[in-house]
Amino acid sequence: MMTRLIQTPKYLALTFLFIAQLSQAGDLDEAIARITSVGTEGLNNEAASRGYAELVQSGEEAIVPILSAMKSASPVAANWLRAAVEAIVDNTLAHDGSLPTANIGDFLLDTRQSPQARRLAFELIAQTDPNAASALVAGFLNDPATELKYDAVEQLLDQGLALKEADKAQAASIVFRQALNAARDVTQVQSLATHLRELGRTVDLPTHFGFLMDWNVIGPFDNTDREGFQAIFSPETDGFKATASYAGKEGDVQWQTHSTKDDFGMLDMNEPYGMLKEVTGFAYTTFESSEARSAQIRLGCKNAWKIWLNGDFVFGRDEYHRGMRVDQYTLPIELKKGTNGILVKVCQNEQTQDWTKEWCFQLRICDETGAAILSTDRKTRKPDGVASL
Amino acid sequence: MKKILTVSALAWGLCLSADDWTRFRGSQGTGISSEVNLPVELDAEKHKAWSVDLPGRGLSSPIIIGDKLFLTASSGPNQNKLHVLCFDASSGAKHWERTVRATGRTMCHEKTCVAAPTPASDGKRIFALYSSNDLVAYDLDGRLQWFRGLTQDYPNASNSLGMSSSPIIIGDVLVVQIENDAESFSAGIHTGTGKNLWKIARPKAANWTSPMVYKDPNSGQELAILQSSKGATAVDPQTGKILWDYAEGASTIPSGAIQGDTLYLVSNGITAVKPKENQATPETLWQANRIRPGTASPIALGDYLYAANNAGVVTCANLHNGERVWQLRLDGPFSASPVQSGAYLYFVNESGTVQVVDTNAPEGAIAGEMKLEETILSTPSIGHSALYLRSDKKLHKIAKSFLF
Repeated sequence: MMTRLIQTPKYLALTFLFIAQLSQAGDLDEAIARITSVGTEGLNNEAASRGYAELVQSGEEAIVPILSAMKSASPVAANWLRAAVEAIVDNTLAHDGSLPTANIGDFLLDTRQSPQARRLAFELIAQTDPNAASALVAGFLNDPATELKYDAVEQLLDQGLALKEADKAQAASIVFRQALNAARDVTQVQSLATHLRELGRTVDLPTHFGFLMDWNVIGPFDNTDREGFQAIFSPETDGFKATASYAGKEGDVQWQTHSTKDDFGMLDMNEPYGMLKEVTGFAYTTFESSEARSAQIRLGCKNAWKIWLNGDFVFGRDEYHRGMRVDQYTLPIELKKGTNGILVKVCQNEQTQDWTKEWCFQLRICDETGAAILSTDRKTRKPDGVASL
Repeated sequence: MKKILTVSALAWGLCLSADDWTRFRGSQGTGISSEVNLPVELDAEKHKAWSVDLPGRGLSSPIIIGDKLFLTASSGPNQNKLHVLCFDASSGAKHWERTVRATGRTMCHEKTCVAAPTPASDGKRIFALYSSNDLVAYDLDGRLQWFRGLTQDYPNASNSLGMSSSPIIIGDVLVVQIENDAESFSAGIHTGTGKNLWKIARPKAANWTSPMVYKDPNSGQELAILQSSKGATAVDPQTGKILWDYAEGASTIPSGAIQGDTLYLVSNGITAVKPKENQATPETLWQANRIRPGTASPIALGDYLYAANNAGVVTCANLHNGERVWQLRLDGPFSASPVQSGAYLYFVNESGTVQVVDTNAPEGAIAGEMKLEETILSTPSIGHSALYLRSDKKLHKIAKSFLF
């Protein structure tokens, strides 16, 4: 029986197809591997270029495997893969072909995949079937991919506005609240908070974002000729010692507590020290983590700064007064279980224009989607509704 | 190897034509075109051949290769979607669009955006740089050649106000100038592979000027001129070796002008310099500190230099001694640099008003005006008897006749 089956043309065709698919899968994997091998300063660009050309030749069935590969690809390699997808889509549609939309949809709904790849999948569906894409948006409200969540929040924001304009304040506030609870985009959060407050509702933005509000500060140390950024001051070597006293720029300095009530966690170093110029200050706080985990420090600062986590240098930047915004810098970190110490060095330069007075920073801890991670000992505070950026 | 690369570069160069506009301020980077058939007495209804909508935002200029226009844009909540678009120059129909995701910082001052630098082309490939220091190369049909994330490689290279320096190409080297307060460098990147040929440290200070291509009269070699707050530096594009340095300071916003073997640097007003053979410092020919270019870069045309200040006043100065010839008040302010067709200079103010200045008139004169009433901060491009204007939202083609 088996012998007879093997000899049939149908079986032979299926066998060849199976072998061809296996071969194609192997080729795809190799082509993807050539792309994901790209490194810094153009390392392996030639191989990636060959991989790109091979992927583009693979046709539309390669789209989902390429999207899947973006999960473990570096940001640079992910762009090579994206380019291959875009080229395949253009080629397919130019030859009156059709995209494997159902498979792309399955990929889109798999929240374990790369957020950027899922966003690209959504855009491919929107390109070929706008109605289907539109129907999916509401379902992304609590999606871990901020790229998809944004549209869902925007949709709710519009709905809330319509209710607000129709004088349906209670319904509007529920819709705005639902959107705010999900929102990660700073502009959307600001807009939603404003609408909720206009409707008489309270909003706790520091908790929403996870800004660290309570600090210990010490200073001023010297920053004449902007030398303070590179100089090593005692808090950088000693860490936080509550009773320590050091020689500062104009006499001995000690640690003191300093907190902020700002909606966006702005810690103003001018408050304890006055409007100083050419100075360096330090701020220290602790963060209690319930587990060892990956996280991000997100910082906004228009002064030169350096950050240490648990005594280890994280990153620094020697730039003054070029602008500041929430989440200006994203710094991947590893929190340890228990107490984590965060030390921030913040330098003020010599400029005297009005727009150079600020000596401050805002810092929050979040996951890679921007969702706040709160310290287990975070103080509960009364939302005061003061908004500023 | 170097010989092979040079031959290859020459072959690429043959792909370019006189009608092409291959980078910021044209193929020579001077704002000078060979076109003489642009409309002068402008009329939006009569001369707007087509307009197309653009995604997101952009301050970059379109570049023109053959019958194709290439343009960049940035979109998305944080402007982290970076576009290269290709349009048909005749009809405005879109040929293709490609995107990458920003791998560097996208924060910018609200007036500018991530798609601020103008792309460059060697006639076969498009090289698009963004404020986030993402650098992507496509062929003319949108096939990826390579991608670099320069902030991934050099993590402190960014400016929180945004970057805008446009790249240049000399032979097979793409020269980028990535200058800011924290980590400044210039690099020569091989156009074929996207790999560094060289990288040199640059002054740690914010800088929005673009490099210029200067043909050294002594060696005949094309050099990259890097302008910064410290002055201007001539660099061998193959090696990154500094050949001479002008250290009297220079502007960090408008770039300089070039005509023949003289450089007109935006330094202490305008300073005309010419390198001397085997000398570390160029010779200063004249200095005119009363000419104060604002954001727009000056332009050298015939025997004159033209520069618009921040009040919208255009100064015409003698190119040979810097003496002022006339001044003409235009409706400013200008972010876009002027471009030339025949005896006319096209100035586009930030409100989208195009003003055509007749440089043959004894005191200069406005020969044409057109109000597009859109924000325009990008420098116009010229090719195929048309002016291409990029506003924040649209790309317009302005031409005498629509029948091509």
